[in-house]
Amino acid sequence: MRRRLTPYLLILPGGLWLLLFFVVPMVTMLSLSLQEGDVVSGYVLTGHWQTYVDAIAAYRTQLARSLIYGAIATLVLIAAAFPVAYWIAFHGGRRKATYLFLLLLPFFVSFVLRTISWRYILTDEGLLLGPLKDAGLLPPGFHVLGTPVAVIGGLIYNFLPFMVLPIYVALERIDPRVVEAARDLYAAPLVTFAKVVFPLALPGVFAGVLMTFVPASSDYVNSAVLGSSSTTMIGQVIQSQYLVSSNYPTASALSFTLMAVLLIGVFAYARALGTDAVMRVSER
Amino acid sequence: MRMLRVYTWAVIAWLTLPVLVMIVFGFNDTPGRYNQTWDGFTLKWYGRVFALDDLTQALVVSLVVALVTMLLAGALGTGIGYALGRFRFRGSGALNLVMFATMSSPELVMGASLLTLFVSLDAGLGAVTITIAHVMFSISFVAVIVRARVLTLDRSLEEAAADLGAGPWTTFRTVTFPLIRPAVGSGMLLAFALSIDDFVVTNFTAGTTTTFPLWIWGATRLGLPPQVNVMGTLIFAAGVVIAIATSMRSRLRHRV
Repeated sequence: MRRRLTPYLLILPGGLWLLLFFVVPMVTMLSLSLQEGDVVSGYVLTGHWQTYVDAIAAYRTQLARSLIYGAIATLVLIAAAFPVAYWIAFHGGRRKATYLFLLLLPFFVSFVLRTISWRYILTDEGLLLGPLKDAGLLPPGFHVLGTPVAVIGGLIYNFLPFMVLPIYVALERIDPRVVEAARDLYAAPLVTFAKVVFPLALPGVFAGVLMTFVPASSDYVNSAVLGSSSTTMIGQVIQSQYLVSSNYPTASALSFTLMAVLLIGVFAYARALGTDAVMRVSER
Repeated sequence: MRMLRVYTWAVIAWLTLPVLVMIVFGFNDTPGRYNQTWDGFTLKWYGRVFALDDLTQALVVSLVVALVTMLLAGALGTGIGYALGRFRFRGSGALNLVMFATMSSPELVMGASLLTLFVSLDAGLGAVTITIAHVMFSISFVAVIVRARVLTLDRSLEEAAADLGAGPWTTFRTVTFPLIRPAVGSGMLLAFALSIDDFVVTNFTAGTTTTFPLWIWGATRLGLPPQVNVMGTLIFAAGVVIAIATSMRSRLRHRV
């Protein structure tokens, strides 16, 4: 009897913590999004779905923009990260660990500080553009800050290691004999890559997309620091609805919409790739 | 292959560039708060690193929260990780699902939902609510790391201890725990790192309390004082030293 209770005693404190501070808040937020009222006089649950309709109608541009920026960043990340992961996995030799360490090095600096550092580098007369403009290589009016390029670039910068690492892990597991076999059977290098290496790396790509698309689409630090009013993302809207306007029902409705859209995206993507990919990721 | 090599190094250089800018401008002899143009080399900011009281205070809050988070998430996460790796029990599926959800939900949504909970409970926001939030998102990472280690353990070692008359607690203390200690250690380090760097969830659960990342965020418009660069550099250096020391120690142990 005692033995059967042991696992429950072990998970009890941590499980309760997750229940109280993850599951319960989500339910509270869903409930609040369906309430009417204000901070002063309190809220009443009225099942007011109209809040969702109004909130989505008011902020559909920012919502769509966030998903588009997130998708572009993720696609560029796959293309940018794959060669790095490939080279480290197959040609890193004894220094694999060193390369991975160098990739993770920036993570010892706060996320906000790194992003602000980019702002200094990219600012109009700053470290990068200043000398280029002085040398006449760029027109004086040229700017990067405040454009979608700066925001998406920031997203790519901040999430690159989260794409490299899972792809690296998948590539690292490939038995070199499988690749040799393809070569022995006279497959050209590109064919070997397309028919052997890439399919075997797909679980890694999947995990990478999961780890980058969701945080990139819901990010608001990059668009706030590197963007302008024409690059506002949904995260900024939610943040200011909560912390500046204290408009809790609208803010909760927007958070829920964002999460629902992202989850639907992730599951649709999982179905397209086969569900066992998701399971393998969650097993890890 | 040479192209891939050049490309990889270019990516590493691109990743490191903002870090170098941060470090270099900590040595900048800037007259005021506008620390964006090079005015000559100085070490004076290292001497005056704690000159801004509110910044120092924010750093202390960050360190205390990270330390408490590390200990709590370490203990709670180890419990879950050990149970999931060792026992089969009803409800483990649901627990796995919740853990997966905490690791893949947008931080923004987790922060926002915690804020709604705290607001509806009328709980005052501050260091306690920040710590509650940080422990919440760190537990799963510790649990996953510990579970992976427990799954690879040789069970016969524990059985041997039991055969020699050790009770379950003695077995855990003298055999199991020493074996999973490296995993618990890396899980706790990860929890510390996640906590001290967190901005999004903290922004929602802090109220008027300020942590190091929140202070930087608030000061962006005014320009960051060189003290921020110095503190960032010191945290960076400490992190790198700890990471190298940990990997060297485990390499030495493997050799023996």
